[in-house]
Amino acid sequence: MSVATPPVTHNERLIFTVARLLEGVRHVAVGASSPIPAAGAMLLRALEEERGGAAVRLSILGSVEHNFFTNGGVELFDCAAQGRIDAFFLGGGQIDGQGNVNLVGVGGYPTSKVRWPGSFGSAYLYHLVPRVILFREEHTPRVMVEKVEFVSAPGVTPPEVYRRGGPKALLTGRGLFSFDAERGGFRLESVHEGHEVAEIEEMTGFAFERPETVPFTPDPDPATLALLRGRVRDELAETYPGFAARMAAEISKAA
Amino acid sequence: MTDFVTVSALAARIGNGAKLALPVDYAGVAMAATDAIIARAPRDLHLVCVPTGGLQVDMLLGAGLVGTLETSAVSLGEAGSAPCFVRGVRGEAFRLMDATCPAIHAGLIAAQKGVPFLPLRGLIGSDLVTRRPDWKVIDNPFGENDPIVLIPAIEPDVCLFHAPEADRMGNVWIGRRRELATMAYASKRTLVTVERIREDSLLADEKTAAGVLPALYVDAVAKVPNGAWPYALWGEYAADGEEIGRYAEAARTQEGFEAFMAARAEKAA
Repeated sequence: MSVATPPVTHNERLIFTVARLLEGVRHVAVGASSPIPAAGAMLLRALEEERGGAAVRLSILGSVEHNFFTNGGVELFDCAAQGRIDAFFLGGGQIDGQGNVNLVGVGGYPTSKVRWPGSFGSAYLYHLVPRVILFREEHTPRVMVEKVEFVSAPGVTPPEVYRRGGPKALLTGRGLFSFDAERGGFRLESVHEGHEVAEIEEMTGFAFERPETVPFTPDPDPATLALLRGRVRDELAETYPGFAARMAAEISKAA
Repeated sequence: MTDFVTVSALAARIGNGAKLALPVDYAGVAMAATDAIIARAPRDLHLVCVPTGGLQVDMLLGAGLVGTLETSAVSLGEAGSAPCFVRGVRGEAFRLMDATCPAIHAGLIAAQKGVPFLPLRGLIGSDLVTRRPDWKVIDNPFGENDPIVLIPAIEPDVCLFHAPEADRMGNVWIGRRRELATMAYASKRTLVTVERIREDSLLADEKTAAGVLPALYVDAVAKVPNGAWPYALWGEYAADGEEIGRYAEAARTQEGFEAFMAARAEKAA
């Protein structure tokens, strides 16, 4: 008796996309409350192990188990300055077409009508970590704006400014963009299943390039999906038990 | 000499206008001391969050004790945004010095070394640089056409944190939370609450000695078991997420915040 594999869920597609974007990295750092980026890094680590590739190191900030730093909070930033962190994730209350990120707020400054927590380490890591992936599930005109109201971290800087990092991609709940640092703008690479280019155009406040035909975001093959639903979900449950349980529930619903 | 005092006497050492450095939510927050500070009600504090603030900072803001807030972020983590912070920003309740995490570390490290500033990569192009006139962009004197940001030394009057243990000499075990040592080196005075006080010296064993902040830097210690609650204390206990969630809910209005704090003070008494 064979049981059909339940279809790939939205979250699984995002996790697999993150793993693809991280291809080749050796050390990735993720924020404390970022289950999808962490899961993507865990999936890449598992895939590399299966193919006998190089080890992938994952630092989850604020976690005791997944944090090997011994020199306090400054070590992550020193590590980035030394070129020992290859990839990092940034969100943003606002993200604009030049790759600028606003983590501060809207409606004035310093008196803001809507205030978000603050810039954290973004203004520094954006310059120093080679592969920064912008990840924001909400893809609406209020998030994807033409110009951010406050630049926590700039997408591009003048050529004389020391910079070896910056945005490489923008992953949202609707699609995936790449970032061209030369031009200082995004290009739509793929659309997630269930979404359309016209809808993305409508929901994006900035102009972007696109190929004539925009493909769908690829799904994991059966072996990768099995790894994601097995080992990766178990590892994820240690740090993000609520999210891992929701992932399991989504699969049984889809089946 | 390190003084061993009650938490209330410890809090009394934070005077009006003090520049007070406080650690990030997972590093050892002296939460029990927060109630003691609020009871003493010093005015016009300048908080330096190392490098971000959470529950303790939000409570001090809500209690109206803060004149200046220097931070890279304020948030309640999984419980969402910090309500008194958000309200205070909207109402201009305090002067805001928005920063970025490594800049706060750099400012403290400059003070630790007794130098006026530390250069830091990144930052250029961020609105933080234009909003922080005390940060200066210079041309790297060792390079050519290489702009770099200088972060001035941050010299707190006092820092306050919670740790697992101290010994009778006043040595405090901080393990691998080295930012607590940086805070202490940079600050004129250091106040610590601890879970336990042990009779033997923490310096007697090389294994514990490696994680010790020596008594030289420690002005006063108060024993407060469970003193980081509802935050976690590394190696000791987990965070009480439900309690943090209750605060996030209650503090959505100033009245709710005050009722929550009154109940918290009653429980502590």
